[in-house]
Amino acid sequence: MLVRVRRISAVLLRLFYLLRGSYARIVPLFAWQAVDIVLWGFISRYLNSVSSSHFNFMPMLLGAIVLWDFLVRALHGVIIGFMEDVWSRNFLNIFATPLSIAEYLTGLILFSIATSLVVLAMMVVLATAAFGLSFFVYGLMLVPFLLMLFLFGIALGIFGAAIVLRWGPAAEWLIWPIPALISPLACVFYPVSALPSSVQWLARLVPPSYVFEGMRRIVEGHGVSLASMAVCTGLTLLTVLLACWSFVGVYRQAIRTGLIARYTAETVS
Amino acid sequence: MFGWQTGKVVDQEAGNMRSPRNDLSTSADSAILTVAGLSKEYDGTLAVDGVSFQVGCHEILGLLGPNGAGKTTTISMILGVLEPSAGSVTIDGKSLTTQRHQVLERTNFTAVYAPLPGNLTVWQNLRVFALLYGLPAATERVEALLREFDLLPFRNTKCGVLSSGEQTRVALAKAMINRPRLLLLDEPTASLDPASAREIRSRIREFAVKEEVGVLWTSHNMYEVTEVCDRVLFLSHGRILLEGDPKTLPGEHGKATLEDLFVTVAREPLTLED
Repeated sequence: MLVRVRRISAVLLRLFYLLRGSYARIVPLFAWQAVDIVLWGFISRYLNSVSSSHFNFMPMLLGAIVLWDFLVRALHGVIIGFMEDVWSRNFLNIFATPLSIAEYLTGLILFSIATSLVVLAMMVVLATAAFGLSFFVYGLMLVPFLLMLFLFGIALGIFGAAIVLRWGPAAEWLIWPIPALISPLACVFYPVSALPSSVQWLARLVPPSYVFEGMRRIVEGHGVSLASMAVCTGLTLLTVLLACWSFVGVYRQAIRTGLIARYTAETVS
Repeated sequence: MFGWQTGKVVDQEAGNMRSPRNDLSTSADSAILTVAGLSKEYDGTLAVDGVSFQVGCHEILGLLGPNGAGKTTTISMILGVLEPSAGSVTIDGKSLTTQRHQVLERTNFTAVYAPLPGNLTVWQNLRVFALLYGLPAATERVEALLREFDLLPFRNTKCGVLSSGEQTRVALAKAMINRPRLLLLDEPTASLDPASAREIRSRIREFAVKEEVGVLWTSHNMYEVTEVCDRVLFLSHGRILLEGDPKTLPGEHGKATLEDLFVTVAREPLTLED
């Protein structure tokens, strides 16, 4: 057990060494999320000022962007950790050690947890201090909301890593836009009912749509349906399992075909 | 331990660094590595075709052959990063297939195509790999290796900015970090100047003599192979063509030098087949 902990800590330690010594890695960790908070904070403030109703856009829009950026940060935590090994062509070195795939993924997830929580704290402080957003509006449901979004972000990150492992370093350009591709179906800023009826079923397969629906119901003064949260939990766990299964499958194929042993941008097709 | 930091270079030509064993065969009992019927097929092409050999304790076995002969494929399979189509790999009495983690804890390697991450310092890289191999006293082991390989001046230098010779020493330090029973060296002296290459050879030679280790070494430098290896295998088209003492093997096949024999293996392998 202790040996496993050491191996997992090695994955984590490598990523913190890289982070500690590089402003180029630290700044983007906070910068884009901070820009989003400022942008959506002003948009929410403006809409509050021009709206004839007493509806408060701040928790609906700015709160949504905080939660969405938390998901994106969780995804990036896993992907960036994985890409560091791709960029430094380190696969042969690490996979020729006793490190198991489960230990490797655990290390990446722990790194994602650490960086996501730090960024979340920054976003909460900025949104509260600059725009007066109170996260108490969401009550205790904020905890399961964050957990579901985090797990879904992790699942997307692992799935993205599987794509890069399978199709090579150039495939990283396929995985960075994943959050943007999913966001219309995640219904971050609008209800599922705003989508065309022909794609609403797709949105109901995307776990974050339940979180953002629940968030809006709380802001509107309604309770969150436990049934919908149960569906959200089930879908999220299923996504995590599918992502891990796909990564392990791709890794085993890479061992069979020799992809790990000759993993470079030029040799992978 | 190795005398590197004192600038001492062991005189290989004098033969005082030859390992205790020099026999051509290795009994199954003393074998560190046993490769049996190893094959790898890519899309109908056999890259490695039923290769079998052993590496004994204190032995340095040279794996020779022209480009594309199957050396790196064989090493990849022994490292567990490439699944064989057939055959088995046993290291220190344990099967790579069924006891992968235990086997890899006792194995290590260095290869020119697998440099350590250049964006970490020497100390950071060695510490990370010490933990990846599950070492209990990682920091102490890293400190000892920094001293042994004369890397103390570079402990806080990023590996990417080191010279080829310095990077090779760091890679060797990493390769020895878990005190491996099997050490795989894929062209460890490629791109080194003759002085650095000689120092590296003497270091590995001494390591093989003093530690309970077997070494599998690939190189295209036949002088180096003659100097370092106890035994050599010639691979051609994925099969073992010749095996023997690098000092006597050329004469047994009517060649003046190992390099002449290598050229024959590369150009006219059929003339050497029984």
